[in-house]
Amino acid sequence: MTQPLLEVRNLKKHFPLRTTFFGGAQGVVHAVDGVSFSIAKGETLALVGESGCGKSTVGRAILRLFDITSGEVLIEGRRIDDLTAGQLRPLRRRVQVVFQDPFSSLNPRMRVRDILAEPIRNFGLAASDAELDKKIADLIEIVRLPGDSAGRWPHEFSGGQRQRIGIARALAAAPDLIICDEAVSALDVSVKAQIVNLLQDLQRQLGLALLFISHDLAIVEHMTHRVAVMYLGRIVEMGPKQAIFATPRHPYTKALLSAVPVPDPEAPRNRTILKGDVPSPINPPPGCHFHTRCPVAMARCRIETPVLRDHEPDHSVACHLYDAPTVGSVDG
Amino acid sequence: MALLEVENLQTHFRTPSGINRAVDGVSFSVNAGETLAIVGESGCGKSVTAMSILRLIPEPPGKIAGSIRLNGRDLLNASAREMRAIRGNDISMIFQEPMTSLNPVLTIGRQLTETIRQHARLGAKAATDRAMEMLQLVGIPEPGRRLAEYRHQLSGGMRQRIMIAIALACDPKVLIADEPTTALDVTIQAQILDLMRDLKARTGAAVVLITHDLGVVAEVAERVMVMYAGRKVEEAGVGDLFRSARHPYTKGLLGAVPKLGASLAGADTRLVEIPGLVPSLKNRIAGCVFADRCASVTNVCRSVAPALELKAAGHLVACHHARREVAAA
Repeated sequence: MTQPLLEVRNLKKHFPLRTTFFGGAQGVVHAVDGVSFSIAKGETLALVGESGCGKSTVGRAILRLFDITSGEVLIEGRRIDDLTAGQLRPLRRRVQVVFQDPFSSLNPRMRVRDILAEPIRNFGLAASDAELDKKIADLIEIVRLPGDSAGRWPHEFSGGQRQRIGIARALAAAPDLIICDEAVSALDVSVKAQIVNLLQDLQRQLGLALLFISHDLAIVEHMTHRVAVMYLGRIVEMGPKQAIFATPRHPYTKALLSAVPVPDPEAPRNRTILKGDVPSPINPPPGCHFHTRCPVAMARCRIETPVLRDHEPDHSVACHLYDAPTVGSVDG
Repeated sequence: MALLEVENLQTHFRTPSGINRAVDGVSFSVNAGETLAIVGESGCGKSVTAMSILRLIPEPPGKIAGSIRLNGRDLLNASAREMRAIRGNDISMIFQEPMTSLNPVLTIGRQLTETIRQHARLGAKAATDRAMEMLQLVGIPEPGRRLAEYRHQLSGGMRQRIMIAIALACDPKVLIADEPTTALDVTIQAQILDLMRDLKARTGAAVVLITHDLGVVAEVAERVMVMYAGRKVEEAGVGDLFRSARHPYTKGLLGAVPKLGASLAGADTRLVEIPGLVPSLKNRIAGCVFADRCASVTNVCRSVAPALELKAAGHLVACHHARREVAAA
């Protein structure tokens, strides 16, 4: 088996809530509660789920924007979660990020040239000024920005163009993996299509791996290879795109997919409407986190936490419905 | 006569760098019990159109011209006092962001009863009863407890239900919903869309739904109007529009949205890109507003603005090159 580019093992991130006046802790937000997955070189893994499911926290934990509570993050088999800042620095180059909001993620006081030059200089990727200029010009071309962009300021660009600058900045470090945290969610429909196409082209050209964090299932289906569905800090189902979208197994995945409005008025509509809201991650329900909204919850779901297990090769589900194929296994 | 008729609506804003023609000659009508969706991307003027109907545009710098008639009565000639009576009573609005559109320092109950007492002239007790009834209608459990709570105690979906309850409290004839589900998660969006459909059927109100999400349009609208750069470029029944869009911009929009399940059937498909950017609304555009981004542009497009013409039964298109199928009556 080839070694995955990125591997995350049993990642947990708990945020303590602000302490009360008398010093007692009020509680802990279980943002990510034991998540494991891996990404191969050149592959796209999509992390999907609703707000508060912990998908962005996973992305940030991999970037080491904060220290994780427990678990391991490995790049090509090497643990990076326990490295010091200095040891981590060369590895930072290999994982870059594109954020959601193209308006707040670019420094308004830096010209495009300086925005793109910073990672190149930081990681010592250009030997001379001439090489630096060449690299910047190449980046501007590869993300299809106007040729005169280098000398301009972020405010001179539209939302879609700013997102291209953000992508160019991520590419400037010549990474192996780009984490796209809702990178196309803030964009208009026609611009979103441009950026999605650009990301797909770049992936093919440069052999990039993408961790595509998104709540937009139609976009995810369009561009990903594999999908991990998260609910309240845990992965409930993971598998190749085909398996997740054509034969979803987990009741949450099924409900999520059926809730997506289809842009076709003649499409048949048979949706499972989930009752209620997502429970609070401060006191997540015991057992399976989804049992409070699950249409097929059993007594066991309230007590015992289901484990993410292979249901078919490569397609794993964390649901008691698919547990222990005893005599006459359950299906459905 | 339609319930709400908007004719040649022009909403312009005076800005230091020139006049911004946010809405530039838009006409449409909505019948009772009908859902009209207004679709377009940021800056196309769809929200300004909605705000203009309720006269929520600050004047100056804004200026509204044209006519907006509700049951034959022109709202642009109504006094400020008359408009206050119309808002919330005859026409109400649901905004996109339920977090910012609820007052953080007033209880939910206070905000609901305020509307009810303002318009229905009920006593405090009767207004509270009505508020309870509205919360039940929009599917909020334990309405009595919720009335005493503040907005920060509620989830996003719950807040949007409260907004809908406030909007519907006085049985409006027209409900304008500006991106009512955009800030919500898909499973909550499905709940709210279901609720809106259900309430429309029950109250018979006309709904103007403003959205950029073509999936939402396909789910709830009966008629669709597509706006681009302050103008209406196409209008048709929802089935007709999705099946046979005629304006190149509408076709581009439809192609730019991936459909769930589409990429499973075939090999890798590419999304349709609409090249270029939306034009600035500060310069008067002589020809077609879409000419700079259109693949089938010709000389006439750059000089003459295409009129909205009936190209098939109930299907209006503003394009020089759209084919006509049925002779217009």
